[in-house]
Amino acid sequence: MLPARKVTPAGATAERLLWTLASLTTLVALWSLAAAISDSRHLPGPAKVLEVLGQEAASGALWTNMSITLVRVACAFILAMLIGTVIGIVIGSYKRADQFFDSWLVLFLNLPALVIIALSYVWLGTTELTAIFAVAVNKIPNVAVQMREGARQLSRDLSEMAGVYNFGPWKTLRHVTLPQLAPFAAAAARSGLALVWKIVLVVEALGGHATGVGHQIHAAFGNYDVPTILAYALAFIVVIQIVEFGVLQPLQARVNRWRR
Amino acid sequence: MASINETAPENSVRITVKRKTFPAIGGRDENTVLRDVSFEVAPREFVVLTGPSGCGKSTLLNIVAGLDQDYEGDIDLGPGSPRMTFIFQTPRLLPWRTIRENLMLSLPDGDLRQDNVDAMIDRVGLTEAKNAYPERTSLGMQRRAALARGFIQEPDILLMDEPFVSLDDPTAQGLRELLVDLWNSRPTTVLFVTHDRHEAVMLGTRILRLAPGSASIIADETVRLTPSDRTSRDKVQAELKRIFESPKVGVSKG
Repeated sequence: MLPARKVTPAGATAERLLWTLASLTTLVALWSLAAAISDSRHLPGPAKVLEVLGQEAASGALWTNMSITLVRVACAFILAMLIGTVIGIVIGSYKRADQFFDSWLVLFLNLPALVIIALSYVWLGTTELTAIFAVAVNKIPNVAVQMREGARQLSRDLSEMAGVYNFGPWKTLRHVTLPQLAPFAAAAARSGLALVWKIVLVVEALGGHATGVGHQIHAAFGNYDVPTILAYALAFIVVIQIVEFGVLQPLQARVNRWRR
Repeated sequence: MASINETAPENSVRITVKRKTFPAIGGRDENTVLRDVSFEVAPREFVVLTGPSGCGKSTLLNIVAGLDQDYEGDIDLGPGSPRMTFIFQTPRLLPWRTIRENLMLSLPDGDLRQDNVDAMIDRVGLTEAKNAYPERTSLGMQRRAALARGFIQEPDILLMDEPFVSLDDPTAQGLRELLVDLWNSRPTTVLFVTHDRHEAVMLGTRILRLAPGSASIIADETVRLTPSDRTSRDKVQAELKRIFESPKVGVSKG
Protein backbone atom coordinates (compact mmCIF):
# COMPACT_ATOMS: atom_id res chain seq x y z
CA MET A 1 0.00 0.00 0.00
CA LEU A 2 2.81 2.40 0.88
CA PRO A 3 5.11 2.64 -2.14
CA ALA A 4 2.46 3.49 -4.73
CA ARG A 5 1.44 6.80 -3.22
CA LYS A 6 4.93 8.23 -2.79
CA VAL A 7 6.08 10.46 -5.61
CA THR A 8 9.29 8.76 -6.70
CA PRO A 9 12.03 10.88 -8.24
CA ALA A 10 13.13 9.76 -11.70
CA GLY A 11 16.50 8.52 -10.39
CA ALA A 12 14.92 6.22 -7.86
CA THR A 13 12.56 4.79 -10.50
CA ALA A 14 15.47 4.08 -12.85
CA GLU A 15 17.35 2.37 -10.05
CA ARG A 16 14.34 0.24 -9.16
CA LEU A 17 13.88 -0.78 -12.81
CA LEU A 18 17.54 -1.72 -13.01
CA TRP A 19 17.19 -3.98 -9.98
CA THR A 20 14.09 -5.64 -11.40
CA LEU A 21 15.89 -6.21 -14.70
CA ALA A 22 18.94 -7.69 -12.97
CA SER A 23 16.74 -9.93 -10.86
CA LEU A 24 14.74 -11.22 -13.84
CA THR A 25 17.88 -11.77 -15.93
CA THR A 26 19.35 -13.86 -13.12
CA LEU A 27 16.16 -15.91 -12.92
CA VAL A 28 16.22 -16.62 -16.67
CA ALA A 29 19.91 -17.53 -16.46
CA LEU A 30 19.29 -19.96 -13.61
CA TRP A 31 16.39 -21.43 -15.54
CA SER A 32 18.58 -21.98 -18.63
CA LEU A 33 21.28 -23.55 -16.50
CA ALA A 34 18.85 -25.91 -14.78
CA ALA A 35 17.32 -26.84 -18.15
CA ALA A 36 20.78 -27.54 -19.62
CA ILE A 37 21.83 -29.97 -16.91
CA SER A 38 18.47 -31.71 -16.49
CA ASP A 39 16.27 -33.73 -18.81
CA SER A 40 14.96 -31.14 -21.29
CA ARG A 41 11.67 -33.01 -21.59
CA HIS A 42 10.80 -32.23 -17.95
CA LEU A 43 12.31 -28.77 -17.84
CA PRO A 44 12.62 -27.05 -21.23
CA GLY A 45 14.80 -23.94 -21.43
CA PRO A 46 13.51 -20.40 -22.10
CA ALA A 47 14.22 -20.66 -25.83
CA LYS A 48 12.03 -23.74 -26.20
CA VAL A 49 9.19 -22.17 -24.19
CA LEU A 50 9.32 -19.01 -26.30
CA GLU A 51 9.23 -21.12 -29.46
CA VAL A 52 6.06 -22.90 -28.28
CA LEU A 53 4.58 -19.56 -27.28
CA GLY A 54 5.26 -18.31 -30.80
CA GLN A 55 3.57 -21.36 -32.33
CA GLU A 56 0.50 -21.01 -30.13
CA ALA A 57 0.28 -17.31 -30.99
CA ALA A 58 0.66 -18.00 -34.70
CA SER A 59 -2.09 -20.64 -34.71
CA GLY A 60 -4.43 -18.28 -32.87
CA ALA A 61 -4.93 -20.75 -30.00
CA LEU A 62 -3.14 -18.45 -27.54
CA TRP A 63 -5.48 -15.51 -28.20
CA THR A 64 -8.66 -17.60 -28.17
CA ASN A 65 -7.82 -19.32 -24.91
CA MET A 66 -6.40 -16.23 -23.23
CA SER A 67 -9.37 -14.06 -24.12
CA ILE A 68 -11.97 -16.60 -22.99
CA THR A 69 -10.14 -17.06 -19.68
CA LEU A 70 -9.77 -13.31 -19.19
CA VAL A 71 -13.51 -12.81 -19.77
CA ARG A 72 -14.18 -15.43 -17.08
CA VAL A 73 -11.70 -13.72 -14.75
CA ALA A 74 -13.33 -10.33 -15.34
CA CYS A 75 -16.89 -11.59 -14.77
CA ALA A 76 -16.00 -13.54 -11.63
CA PHE A 77 -13.92 -10.64 -10.31
CA ILE A 78 -16.67 -8.04 -10.81
CA LEU A 79 -19.32 -10.35 -9.39
CA ALA A 80 -17.21 -11.16 -6.32
CA MET A 81 -16.38 -7.49 -5.71
CA LEU A 82 -20.01 -6.39 -5.95
CA ILE A 83 -21.52 -9.12 -3.79
CA GLY A 84 -18.63 -9.15 -1.32
CA THR A 85 -18.79 -5.37 -0.92
CA VAL A 86 -22.51 -5.35 -0.20
CA ILE A 87 -22.22 -8.21 2.32
CA GLY A 88 -19.18 -6.59 3.96
CA ILE A 89 -20.83 -3.19 4.35
CA VAL A 90 -24.01 -4.66 5.78
CA ILE A 91 -22.32 -6.85 8.38
CA GLY A 92 -19.80 -4.12 9.17
CA SER A 93 -22.56 -1.59 9.79
CA TYR A 94 -25.02 -3.64 11.82
CA LYS A 95 -23.73 -5.40 14.88
CA ARG A 96 -26.57 -7.90 14.90
CA ALA A 97 -25.89 -8.92 11.30
CA ASP A 98 -22.22 -9.35 12.15
CA GLN A 99 -22.97 -11.55 15.14
CA PHE A 100 -25.30 -13.68 13.05
CA PHE A 101 -23.29 -14.00 9.84
CA ASP A 102 -19.77 -14.12 11.31
CA SER A 103 -19.81 -17.92 11.60
CA TRP A 104 -21.08 -18.25 8.02
CA LEU A 105 -18.21 -16.11 6.86
CA VAL A 106 -15.68 -18.20 8.78
CA LEU A 107 -17.18 -21.33 7.22
CA PHE A 108 -16.91 -20.01 3.67
CA LEU A 109 -13.42 -18.62 4.28
CA ASN A 110 -12.24 -22.08 5.29
CA LEU A 111 -14.10 -24.03 2.65
CA PRO A 112 -11.40 -25.42 0.30
CA ALA A 113 -11.59 -24.02 -3.23
CA LEU A 114 -11.70 -27.55 -4.61
CA VAL A 115 -14.86 -28.35 -2.62
CA ILE A 116 -16.64 -25.25 -3.91
CA ILE A 117 -15.61 -26.06 -7.47
CA ALA A 118 -16.62 -29.72 -7.27
CA LEU A 119 -20.01 -28.96 -5.72
CA SER A 120 -20.70 -26.16 -8.21
CA TYR A 121 -20.30 -28.59 -11.12
CA VAL A 122 -22.31 -31.32 -9.40
CA TRP A 123 -25.19 -28.93 -8.70
CA LEU A 124 -25.11 -26.64 -11.72
CA GLY A 125 -23.55 -28.79 -14.45
CA THR A 126 -20.89 -27.75 -16.94
CA THR A 127 -21.97 -24.33 -18.08
CA GLU A 128 -20.22 -21.03 -18.54
CA LEU A 129 -22.05 -19.61 -15.53
CA THR A 130 -20.89 -22.45 -13.32
CA ALA A 131 -17.26 -21.51 -13.94
CA ILE A 132 -17.90 -17.86 -13.10
CA PHE A 133 -20.02 -18.74 -10.07
CA ALA A 134 -17.46 -21.18 -8.66
CA VAL A 135 -14.64 -18.65 -8.95
CA ALA A 136 -16.73 -15.81 -7.50
CA VAL A 137 -17.86 -17.84 -4.49
CA ASN A 138 -14.23 -18.58 -3.69
CA LYS A 139 -13.44 -14.86 -3.61
CA ILE A 140 -16.57 -13.34 -2.02
CA PRO A 141 -15.70 -14.13 1.64
CA ASN A 142 -12.32 -12.38 1.30
CA VAL A 143 -13.88 -9.27 -0.17
CA ALA A 144 -16.59 -9.30 2.51
CA VAL A 145 -14.04 -9.52 5.32
CA GLN A 146 -11.99 -6.61 3.99
CA MET A 147 -15.04 -4.42 3.37
CA ARG A 148 -16.42 -5.28 6.79
CA GLU A 149 -13.23 -3.88 8.30
CA GLY A 150 -13.72 -0.71 6.26
CA ALA A 151 -17.34 -0.34 7.34
CA ARG A 152 -16.40 -0.86 10.98
CA GLN A 153 -13.89 1.95 10.77
CA LEU A 154 -16.30 4.50 9.32
CA SER A 155 -15.86 7.71 11.27
CA ARG A 156 -18.71 8.70 13.54
CA ASP A 157 -17.24 12.20 13.77
CA LEU A 158 -17.60 12.70 10.05
CA SER A 159 -21.11 11.28 9.84
CA GLU A 160 -22.17 13.68 12.63
CA MET A 161 -20.55 16.49 10.67
CA ALA A 162 -22.45 15.45 7.54
CA GLY A 163 -25.67 15.50 9.58
CA VAL A 164 -25.03 18.95 11.05
CA TYR A 165 -24.22 20.38 7.62
CA ASN A 166 -27.28 18.73 6.03
CA PHE A 167 -25.38 16.62 3.50
CA GLY A 168 -28.32 14.29 2.83
CA PRO A 169 -27.96 10.61 1.83
CA TRP A 170 -26.46 11.00 -1.66
CA LYS A 171 -23.82 13.58 -0.73
CA THR A 172 -22.94 11.60 2.41
CA LEU A 173 -22.46 8.42 0.38
CA ARG A 174 -20.34 10.08 -2.29
CA HIS A 175 -18.18 12.41 -0.22
CA VAL A 176 -18.12 10.85 3.26
CA THR A 177 -18.73 7.08 3.11
CA LEU A 178 -17.26 5.88 -0.19
CA PRO A 179 -13.93 7.71 0.18
CA GLN A 180 -13.48 5.94 3.51
CA LEU A 181 -14.21 2.55 1.93
CA ALA A 182 -12.16 3.11 -1.23
CA PRO A 183 -8.77 2.05 0.22
CA PHE A 184 -10.33 -1.18 1.48
CA ALA A 185 -11.96 -1.82 -1.90
CA ALA A 186 -8.64 -1.18 -3.67
CA ALA A 187 -6.82 -3.60 -1.38
CA ALA A 188 -9.56 -6.20 -1.87
CA ALA A 189 -9.34 -5.74 -5.65
CA ARG A 190 -5.58 -6.32 -5.72
CA SER A 191 -5.60 -9.41 -3.55
CA GLY A 192 -8.77 -10.49 -5.35
CA LEU A 193 -7.26 -10.46 -8.81
CA ALA A 194 -4.35 -12.61 -7.66
CA LEU A 195 -6.73 -15.18 -6.19
CA VAL A 196 -9.27 -15.17 -9.01
CA TRP A 197 -6.88 -15.79 -11.86
CA LYS A 198 -5.28 -18.75 -10.07
CA ILE A 199 -8.60 -20.35 -9.26
CA VAL A 200 -10.07 -19.78 -12.69
CA LEU A 201 -7.44 -22.09 -14.23
CA VAL A 202 -8.29 -24.86 -11.77
CA VAL A 203 -11.99 -24.41 -12.53
CA GLU A 204 -11.35 -24.64 -16.28
CA ALA A 205 -9.25 -27.78 -15.84
CA LEU A 206 -11.69 -29.57 -13.55
CA GLY A 207 -14.93 -28.43 -15.14
CA GLY A 208 -14.25 -30.09 -18.45
CA HIS A 209 -14.50 -26.86 -20.44
CA ALA A 210 -13.28 -27.15 -24.03
CA THR A 211 -11.56 -23.77 -24.02
CA GLY A 212 -9.46 -21.56 -21.79
CA VAL A 213 -5.92 -21.46 -20.51
CA GLY A 214 -6.82 -23.93 -17.75
CA HIS A 215 -8.10 -26.40 -20.32
CA GLN A 216 -4.93 -26.01 -22.45
CA ILE A 217 -2.68 -26.58 -19.46
CA HIS A 218 -4.74 -29.57 -18.39
CA ALA A 219 -4.53 -31.08 -21.88
CA ALA A 220 -0.79 -30.42 -22.03
CA PHE A 221 -0.40 -32.08 -18.66
CA GLY A 222 -2.09 -35.19 -20.07
CA ASN A 223 0.60 -35.31 -22.80
CA TYR A 224 3.52 -34.41 -20.49
CA ASP A 225 3.88 -31.35 -22.66
CA VAL A 226 5.84 -29.13 -20.24
CA PRO A 227 6.78 -26.41 -22.79
CA THR A 228 3.09 -25.67 -23.45
CA ILE A 229 2.31 -25.52 -19.72
CA LEU A 230 5.12 -23.03 -19.19
CA ALA A 231 4.24 -21.03 -22.30
CA TYR A 232 0.67 -20.44 -21.15
CA ALA A 233 1.74 -19.73 -17.59
CA LEU A 234 4.21 -17.14 -18.83
CA ALA A 235 1.68 -15.44 -21.09
CA PHE A 236 -0.85 -15.29 -18.31
CA ILE A 237 1.58 -13.86 -15.74
CA VAL A 238 2.47 -11.09 -18.18
CA VAL A 239 -1.17 -10.14 -18.77
CA ILE A 240 -2.06 -10.12 -15.07
CA GLN A 241 1.00 -8.00 -14.26
CA ILE A 242 -0.06 -5.50 -16.93
CA VAL A 243 -3.48 -5.22 -15.24
CA GLU A 244 -1.81 -4.92 -11.84
CA PHE A 245 0.60 -2.12 -12.81
CA GLY A 246 -1.58 -0.45 -15.41
CA VAL A 247 -4.91 -0.41 -13.59
CA LEU A 248 -4.92 -1.53 -9.96
CA GLN A 249 -1.81 0.19 -8.65
CA PRO A 250 -2.67 3.59 -10.18
CA LEU A 251 -6.20 3.16 -8.80
CA GLN A 252 -4.87 2.47 -5.34
CA ALA A 253 -2.51 5.45 -5.52
CA ARG A 254 -5.42 7.63 -6.58
CA VAL A 255 -7.74 6.71 -3.72
CA ASN A 256 -4.90 7.38 -1.26
CA ARG A 257 -3.61 10.59 -2.80
CA TRP A 258 -4.93 12.90 -0.06
CA ARG A 259 -2.88 11.19 2.66
CA ARG A 260 0.10 12.96 4.18
CA MET B 1 -18.98 40.21 2.09
CA ALA B 2 -22.59 40.35 1.01
CA SER B 3 -24.95 38.62 3.34
CA ILE B 4 -27.75 36.63 1.72
CA ASN B 5 -29.67 36.45 4.95
CA GLU B 6 -30.45 40.16 5.27
CA THR B 7 -32.78 39.91 8.21
CA ALA B 8 -30.78 39.81 11.42
CA PRO B 9 -31.13 36.55 13.32
CA GLU B 10 -33.52 36.93 16.22
CA ASN B 11 -33.50 33.45 17.67
CA SER B 12 -33.39 32.96 21.35
CA VAL B 13 -32.71 29.51 22.70
CA ARG B 14 -34.36 28.06 25.78
CA ILE B 15 -32.54 25.10 27.27
CA THR B 16 -33.90 22.83 29.97
CA VAL B 17 -32.10 19.61 30.80
CA LYS B 18 -33.61 17.92 33.83
CA ARG B 19 -31.32 14.94 33.72
CA LYS B 20 -28.74 13.42 31.42
CA THR B 21 -27.34 10.05 32.37
CA PHE B 22 -24.84 7.81 30.66
CA PRO B 23 -25.63 4.11 31.20
CA ALA B 24 -23.23 1.86 33.07
CA ILE B 25 -20.65 0.52 30.62
CA GLY B 26 -17.57 -1.65 30.99
CA GLY B 27 -17.56 -1.77 34.78
CA ARG B 28 -18.27 1.96 35.14
CA ASP B 29 -21.31 2.92 37.17
CA GLU B 30 -24.21 4.81 35.69
CA ASN B 31 -23.12 8.42 35.46
CA THR B 32 -25.38 11.46 35.73
CA VAL B 33 -23.54 14.30 34.00
CA LEU B 34 -26.21 17.01 33.95
CA ARG B 35 -28.93 17.79 36.47
CA ASP B 36 -31.42 20.67 36.36
CA VAL B 37 -29.51 22.84 33.94
CA SER B 38 -31.83 25.51 32.68
CA PHE B 39 -31.13 28.84 30.99
CA GLU B 40 -32.10 31.02 28.08
CA VAL B 41 -29.81 32.54 25.48
CA ALA B 42 -31.06 35.86 24.11
CA PRO B 43 -30.80 36.71 20.40
CA ARG B 44 -27.24 37.62 19.39
CA GLU B 45 -25.91 36.84 22.81
CA PHE B 46 -22.49 35.15 22.97
CA VAL B 47 -22.85 32.75 25.88
CA VAL B 48 -19.81 30.86 27.12
CA LEU B 49 -20.29 27.66 29.10
CA THR B 50 -17.26 27.03 31.25
CA GLY B 51 -16.22 24.59 33.94
CA PRO B 52 -13.66 21.88 34.63
CA SER B 53 -13.26 19.08 32.10
CA GLY B 54 -15.73 16.27 32.52
CA CYS B 55 -18.42 18.59 33.89
CA GLY B 56 -20.81 17.90 31.02
CA LYS B 57 -20.32 21.03 28.89
CA SER B 58 -19.77 19.13 25.65
CA THR B 59 -22.64 16.78 26.45
CA LEU B 60 -24.92 19.79 26.86
CA LEU B 61 -23.81 21.18 23.51
CA ASN B 62 -24.43 17.82 21.79
CA ILE B 63 -27.94 17.82 23.24
CA VAL B 64 -28.62 21.34 21.94
CA ALA B 65 -27.27 20.31 18.52
CA GLY B 66 -29.61 17.32 18.44
CA LEU B 67 -26.70 14.85 18.22
CA ASP B 68 -27.67 13.35 21.57
CA GLN B 69 -31.38 12.79 21.99
CA ASP B 70 -31.31 10.56 25.03
CA TYR B 71 -32.06 13.02 27.88
CA GLU B 72 -34.88 14.35 30.01
CA GLY B 73 -35.75 17.93 29.21
CA ASP B 74 -36.53 20.26 26.36
CA ILE B 75 -34.61 22.39 23.87
CA ASP B 76 -36.59 25.26 22.36
CA LEU B 77 -34.87 26.93 19.43
CA GLY B 78 -37.59 29.49 18.87
CA PRO B 79 -40.05 29.90 16.03
CA GLY B 80 -39.49 28.63 12.50
CA SER B 81 -36.58 26.38 11.67
CA PRO B 82 -33.48 28.36 12.59
CA ARG B 83 -30.24 27.56 10.83
CA MET B 84 -27.95 25.89 13.36
CA THR B 85 -24.28 25.21 12.87
CA PHE B 86 -21.82 23.30 15.02
CA ILE B 87 -18.07 23.93 15.08
CA PHE B 88 -16.58 20.83 16.66
CA GLN B 89 -13.68 20.25 19.02
CA THR B 90 -11.70 18.70 16.18
CA PRO B 91 -11.90 20.30 12.72
CA ARG B 92 -13.79 17.35 11.18
CA LEU B 93 -12.93 18.30 7.63
CA LEU B 94 -13.16 15.62 4.93
CA PRO B 95 -9.48 14.68 4.49
CA TRP B 96 -10.03 13.53 0.88
CA ARG B 97 -11.46 16.88 -0.22
CA THR B 98 -9.51 20.14 -0.46
CA ILE B 99 -10.23 22.97 1.96
CA ARG B 100 -12.21 24.82 -0.70
CA GLU B 101 -14.19 21.67 -1.59
CA ASN B 102 -14.96 21.18 2.10
CA LEU B 103 -16.47 24.64 2.29
CA MET B 104 -18.43 24.20 -0.95
CA LEU B 105 -19.78 20.83 0.19
CA SER B 106 -21.06 22.28 3.47
CA LEU B 107 -23.65 24.23 1.44
CA PRO B 108 -26.34 22.83 -0.86
CA ASP B 109 -25.37 22.72 -4.56
CA GLY B 110 -26.22 25.95 -6.31
CA ASP B 111 -26.83 27.80 -3.05
CA LEU B 112 -26.10 31.53 -3.32
CA ARG B 113 -23.87 31.36 -0.25
CA GLN B 114 -21.43 29.28 -2.33
CA ASP B 115 -20.49 32.54 -4.08
CA ASN B 116 -19.06 33.77 -0.77
CA VAL B 117 -16.74 30.81 -0.27
CA ASP B 118 -13.67 32.35 -1.90
CA ALA B 119 -14.10 35.66 -0.09
CA MET B 120 -14.44 33.77 3.20
CA ILE B 121 -11.30 31.76 2.44
CA ASP B 122 -9.39 35.01 1.85
CA ARG B 123 -10.81 36.52 5.00
CA VAL B 124 -9.66 33.69 7.28
CA GLY B 125 -6.21 33.74 5.65
CA LEU B 126 -6.36 30.45 3.73
CA THR B 127 -5.91 31.86 0.21
CA GLU B 128 -2.67 29.94 -0.36
CA ALA B 129 -3.95 26.70 1.15
CA LYS B 130 -7.43 26.53 -0.34
CA ASN B 131 -6.58 23.81 -2.84
CA ALA B 132 -4.62 21.73 -0.32
CA TYR B 133 -5.91 18.61 1.39
CA PRO B 134 -6.57 19.36 5.07
CA GLU B 135 -4.04 16.87 6.44
CA ARG B 136 -1.30 18.56 4.45
CA THR B 137 -1.90 21.84 6.30
CA SER B 138 -1.26 22.74 9.96
CA LEU B 139 -3.82 22.18 12.70
CA GLY B 140 -4.20 25.96 12.99
CA MET B 141 -5.15 26.18 9.32
CA GLN B 142 -7.59 23.29 9.65
CA ARG B 143 -9.24 25.10 12.55
CA ARG B 144 -9.45 28.25 10.45
CA ALA B 145 -11.16 26.23 7.74
CA ALA B 146 -13.61 24.77 10.28
CA LEU B 147 -14.40 28.30 11.49
CA ALA B 148 -14.90 29.48 7.92
CA ARG B 149 -17.17 26.51 7.21
CA GLY B 150 -19.30 27.44 10.24
CA PHE B 151 -19.61 31.14 9.40
CA ILE B 152 -20.24 30.64 5.67
CA GLN B 153 -23.54 29.02 6.69
CA GLU B 154 -24.73 32.42 8.03
CA PRO B 155 -26.25 30.56 10.97
CA ASP B 156 -28.95 31.83 13.30
CA ILE B 157 -27.52 29.75 16.09
CA LEU B 158 -23.85 28.86 16.29
CA LEU B 159 -22.57 26.15 18.65
CA MET B 160 -18.85 25.83 19.33
CA ASP B 161 -17.16 23.11 21.38
CA GLU B 162 -13.64 24.17 22.39
CA PRO B 163 -12.71 24.90 18.78
CA PHE B 164 -9.23 26.22 19.69
CA VAL B 165 -7.81 23.44 21.89
CA SER B 166 -4.41 21.83 21.21
CA LEU B 167 -3.02 24.96 19.56
CA ASP B 168 -0.01 26.93 20.75
CA ASP B 169 -0.96 30.18 22.46
CA PRO B 170 -0.21 32.70 19.68
CA THR B 171 -2.08 30.57 17.11
CA ALA B 172 -5.06 30.18 19.44
CA GLN B 173 -5.04 33.92 20.15
CA GLY B 174 -4.99 34.67 16.42
CA LEU B 175 -8.01 32.43 15.92
CA ARG B 176 -9.88 34.05 18.81
CA GLU B 177 -9.30 37.47 17.26
CA LEU B 178 -10.56 36.11 13.95
CA LEU B 179 -13.68 34.76 15.68
CA VAL B 180 -14.35 38.14 17.37
CA ASP B 181 -13.96 39.83 13.99
CA LEU B 182 -16.30 37.39 12.21
CA TRP B 183 -18.89 37.59 14.95
CA ASN B 184 -18.78 41.42 15.10
CA SER B 185 -19.48 41.66 11.39
CA ARG B 186 -22.42 39.30 11.71
CA PRO B 187 -23.53 38.85 15.32
CA THR B 188 -25.48 35.66 15.83
CA THR B 189 -26.69 33.67 18.82
CA VAL B 190 -23.71 31.71 20.13
CA LEU B 191 -23.23 28.96 22.66
CA PHE B 192 -19.51 28.40 23.19
CA VAL B 193 -17.92 25.74 25.40
CA THR B 194 -14.44 26.11 26.88
CA HIS B 195 -12.46 25.32 30.02
CA ASP B 196 -10.10 28.25 29.30
CA ARG B 197 -11.13 31.21 31.49
CA HIS B 198 -9.17 33.77 29.51
CA GLU B 199 -10.85 32.60 26.31
CA ALA B 200 -14.25 32.71 28.03
CA VAL B 201 -13.85 36.34 29.09
CA MET B 202 -12.30 37.49 25.85
CA LEU B 203 -15.09 36.06 23.68
CA GLY B 204 -18.29 35.95 25.70
CA THR B 205 -20.90 38.56 26.47
CA ARG B 206 -22.13 36.26 29.23
CA ILE B 207 -20.49 33.42 31.12
CA LEU B 208 -22.23 30.43 32.68
CA ARG B 209 -20.09 28.41 35.06
CA LEU B 210 -20.91 24.75 35.52
CA ALA B 211 -20.01 22.86 38.69
CA PRO B 212 -17.99 19.66 38.46
CA GLY B 213 -19.72 16.37 39.07
CA SER B 214 -23.40 16.26 38.20
CA ALA B 215 -23.24 19.65 36.63
CA SER B 216 -25.58 22.48 37.35
CA ILE B 217 -25.02 26.19 36.85
CA ILE B 218 -23.21 27.81 39.77
CA ALA B 219 -22.74 31.30 38.36
CA ASP B 220 -24.23 33.47 35.62
CA GLU B 221 -22.16 36.57 34.88
CA THR B 222 -22.37 39.30 32.28
CA VAL B 223 -19.01 40.24 30.78
CA ARG B 224 -18.43 43.99 30.97
CA LEU B 225 -16.05 44.57 28.08
CA THR B 226 -16.36 46.69 24.96
CA PRO B 227 -15.29 45.10 21.65
CA SER B 228 -12.00 47.05 21.74
CA ASP B 229 -11.35 45.97 25.36
CA ARG B 230 -11.36 42.36 24.20
CA THR B 231 -8.09 42.66 22.33
CA SER B 232 -6.35 44.03 25.43
CA ARG B 233 -4.83 41.30 27.54
CA ASP B 234 -4.85 43.46 30.69
CA LYS B 235 -8.51 44.38 30.47
CA VAL B 236 -9.47 40.77 29.83
CA GLN B 237 -7.32 39.72 32.78
CA ALA B 238 -8.96 42.26 35.10
CA GLU B 239 -12.43 41.14 34.07
CA LEU B 240 -11.41 37.51 34.53
CA LYS B 241 -10.37 38.34 38.12
CA ARG B 242 -13.69 40.05 38.76
CA ILE B 243 -15.74 37.14 37.44
CA PHE B 244 -13.81 34.10 38.64
CA GLU B 245 -11.98 35.27 41.74
CA SER B 246 -14.50 37.49 43.54
CA PRO B 247 -15.41 36.04 46.96
CA LYS B 248 -19.14 35.88 46.33
CA VAL B 249 -20.31 33.13 44.02
CA GLY B 250 -23.53 34.00 42.31
CA VAL B 251 -26.39 31.56 42.36
CA SER B 252 -28.10 30.47 39.18
CA LYS B 253 -30.77 32.92 38.14
CA GLY B 254 -32.64 29.87 36.86
